[in-house]
Amino acid sequence: MDSEAREERRSARERRATVRRVRRTYFRGVGLPYLLLAPQLLVTALFFFWPAGQAVYQSFLREDAFGLSSQFVGFENFIDVLGDADWRAAAARTAVFSLSVAALALSAALFLAVQADKHIRGAGAYRTLLIWPYAVAPAIAAVLWLFMVHPDIGLFGRALNALGVPWDYKLNGNQALLVVILASAWKQVSYNFIFFLAGLQGIPKPVLEAAAIDGAGPVRRFWTVVFPLLSPTAFFLLVVNLVYACFDTFGVIHALTQGGPGKSTETLIYRAYTDGVSNLNLGSSAAQSVILMILVIALTVVQFRFVEKKVHY
Amino acid sequence: MATLTLSGVRKSFGATAVLHGVDLAVRDGEMIVVVGASGCGKSTLLRIVAGLETATAGRVMIGDQDVTALEPADRDVAMVFQNYALYPHMSVFQNMAYGLKIRGLPKPEIIRRVDEAAALLDIGGLLDRKPRQLSGGQRQRVAMGRAIVREPKLFLFDEPLSNLDAKLRVQMRAEIRRLQKRLGVTSLFVTHDQVEAMTLGDRLVVMHAGHAAQIATPMEVWERPADTYVAGFIGSPAMNFLAATLEAGGAAARLADGLVLPFADGSRAGEAGRKLTLGIRPEHLRPQTGGLRVMVELVEPLGAESLLHGRLPDGAEMTVKLAGAVHADGVLEVMPIAEALHVFDGETGRRIEPLG
Repeated sequence: MDSEAREERRSARERRATVRRVRRTYFRGVGLPYLLLAPQLLVTALFFFWPAGQAVYQSFLREDAFGLSSQFVGFENFIDVLGDADWRAAAARTAVFSLSVAALALSAALFLAVQADKHIRGAGAYRTLLIWPYAVAPAIAAVLWLFMVHPDIGLFGRALNALGVPWDYKLNGNQALLVVILASAWKQVSYNFIFFLAGLQGIPKPVLEAAAIDGAGPVRRFWTVVFPLLSPTAFFLLVVNLVYACFDTFGVIHALTQGGPGKSTETLIYRAYTDGVSNLNLGSSAAQSVILMILVIALTVVQFRFVEKKVHY
Repeated sequence: MATLTLSGVRKSFGATAVLHGVDLAVRDGEMIVVVGASGCGKSTLLRIVAGLETATAGRVMIGDQDVTALEPADRDVAMVFQNYALYPHMSVFQNMAYGLKIRGLPKPEIIRRVDEAAALLDIGGLLDRKPRQLSGGQRQRVAMGRAIVREPKLFLFDEPLSNLDAKLRVQMRAEIRRLQKRLGVTSLFVTHDQVEAMTLGDRLVVMHAGHAAQIATPMEVWERPADTYVAGFIGSPAMNFLAATLEAGGAAARLADGLVLPFADGSRAGEAGRKLTLGIRPEHLRPQTGGLRVMVELVEPLGAESLLHGRLPDGAEMTVKLAGAVHADGVLEVMPIAEALHVFDGETGRRIEPLG
């Protein structure tokens, strides 16, 4: 048996080596390769490295109120930000918001993907419809939700008030948070759905049949076979969704609540915007941006480390 | 351990009929091999027994119990899949224990059964490994182990050897047969490989286009094939077929070129001129002057014997198997051994037995 396993490993290695030989293309000189890389490098440099570098630079400076002079202050901006009770409250709020968005978007998408994976009439149309929300711009999604939940003109908002439930997300902070969570999660369901559906279709059917013959009912099959095999996908999506909820929900919040009422929907990214653009406190805003950037990098590192280890095939 | 009875099992996928009524009675402890070309419905038949497909009509009985409408989980069968279908996220031990855990067996009993099966299959050292760390042959053993620990009423095998290399396939074939005899579990084994079918089965079911063309022991299928399809499918190299007509009196057949071959086992019913198909296995031809004139096109030396491929004057293909090394060029005259001649109806292809 051992020699057999060795044999198989060796032939797998040879196969990989062949693939590598075939796929690698050699260019003469360096001109063409760099030319082909240039557009991507240019975009990355222009829209990421330059602004990110600016943010890091700014985060060590303090400007006067009119932007006429600035001085180097070292880590003072960071110390101020981290010591600010309002910022900490926003951080806690962001944690609640992000985890809620991720949990809601993941569970809804998983449920829908499991349904769409069944052999049902019109599965194709159903799948296409579920992918559409992803193509809707954040601001438009926000307006759509506004028309549903607005206390005076919204379909559900009016219905709730008519039923005697005091509903006004423009006055009630918790209701406002609920609305931005729902709208943000709704946007992300499509993306998760595509990945979950692909993951489900990647599970070999005989494995599920083997489980059925072993005596596992549909629910048990899901939790003991399907879900564990989806866990790498689920973890990848969890990280992507947290990043999305932390950073890409600006448009939704801006269009729906502008961080209000009070500060009840002000997340870290929204606060960085308010401090920089409205309050013109560039140093503090830049420091906040840098902290968020470090957070994203950390999440990405965790994901790559973990996902690399957890793949079963 | 139990009997298995299929009666009138039919299956259609939409408008396509795959099984046209299969009847089969499997005795307790018997190993039945279902063999046929791809698309003949053999896998569908197995999946209906497993409960993975629902029969359009007919009944499936395991022992005295009608299981036609039962879920796979409630049938107490175990199945070994072509690609093993191990749970990739579980260790070998967990793979084998999964079905037992679901049935709520106490932990010591689970450990005892898994250890016993692992020892039987010689995979005791692999229990902590994941399926991806195993070779093809080892995975095959684990899949067998997962079936054995369940101690089911029925083993189902869906071409379990087709993903293994030739040497390992022969080894596992013998091992499966030994295990099945030792455990005495009623088994249904599906394959497209006629050698596997001949060596493994107590009885064969030769499937053809959704019908059971013949159900009999391997030797019976080989010696007395029920029709030209079975005759051509079982046996390697395949049987030669010649068009002929019945002579007056029914005691001989006349070939197109005028050669008359007498029947050794008795005369056949029918008027003179009845259309026949004669079947002659390549190993049942002997060189003899005045016989069939085969224009040899290719000689394949196999060591102990040689295969000669050629054509008759009317263009019909002929294969001849002769002992030893043969140097044949041009024309070889061969004569079939009269006792080994198979007679089929020229139109229906059904075997024609000699008259009482």
